Amino acid sequence: MERVAVKAIVTVTLKSGVLDPQGKAIEGALASLGFSGVDSVRQGKIFEIEVQESDPGRASAALSAMAEKLLANTVIENYRIELVPGKDIA
Amino acid sequence: MNSAVIVFPGSNRDRDMIEAIEKISGRAPLTIWYADTEIPAVDLIVIPGGFSYGDYLRSGAIAARTPIMPAISERAAAGVPVLGICNGFQILCEAGLLPGVLMRNASLRFVCREVHLCVETSNSVFTKLYHPGEVIR
Repeated sequence: MERVAVKAIVTVTLKSGVLDPQGKAIEGALASLGFSGVDSVRQGKIFEIEVQESDPGRASAALSAMAEKLLANTVIENYRIELVPGKDIA
Repeated sequence: MNSAVIVFPGSNRDRDMIEAIEKISGRAPLTIWYADTEIPAVDLIVIPGGFSYGDYLRSGAIAARTPIMPAISERAAAGVPVLGICNGFQILCEAGLLPGVLMRNASLRFVCREVHLCVETSNSVFTKLYHPGEVIR
């Protein structure tokens, strides 16, 4: 039987209102490079994850559990999961 | 007093901790590796400082989810004092044994200054020799 991997992108961002000094530093650096009109920068993290799972529902559930248990600290961070469809592994 | 010092990959203050505990209590603490799942009966568990897992993901995040942690939570629930210093404190927060989360300094500068601590309660094994409201430095 063919094994199917689901590829997912999990994006973790700071909740709005949580101070982001790294984003602020990048914002300042952009301004000093001459990029005008940058209103704000917030920094986050992206995880590209491949899961051996043919059922998108089960893959989604597993990825949510991963985000809740490890990838995000839900006290200060939000996460978003996007499944990238159709990747077959022979 | 019997104690245990927990060591993670990247811990680097474990040897100071072992020496300090031995000097104070007269007994060398047990050293427990993070991959173990059991802790012998001890009166104190210490998580020393360092850079467990190179601070990857978030400081303390990966260490807080290693095999030894359920045993620490169990002992804490049973009333055994658990002391986390520096990265050890971050690990305890990430493990949910302490409330809240550590955030980056708001200023973009390195901060190195003396701070004063106010004793909020003396009803704790760590502060029982102080008085509430006392300021220590």
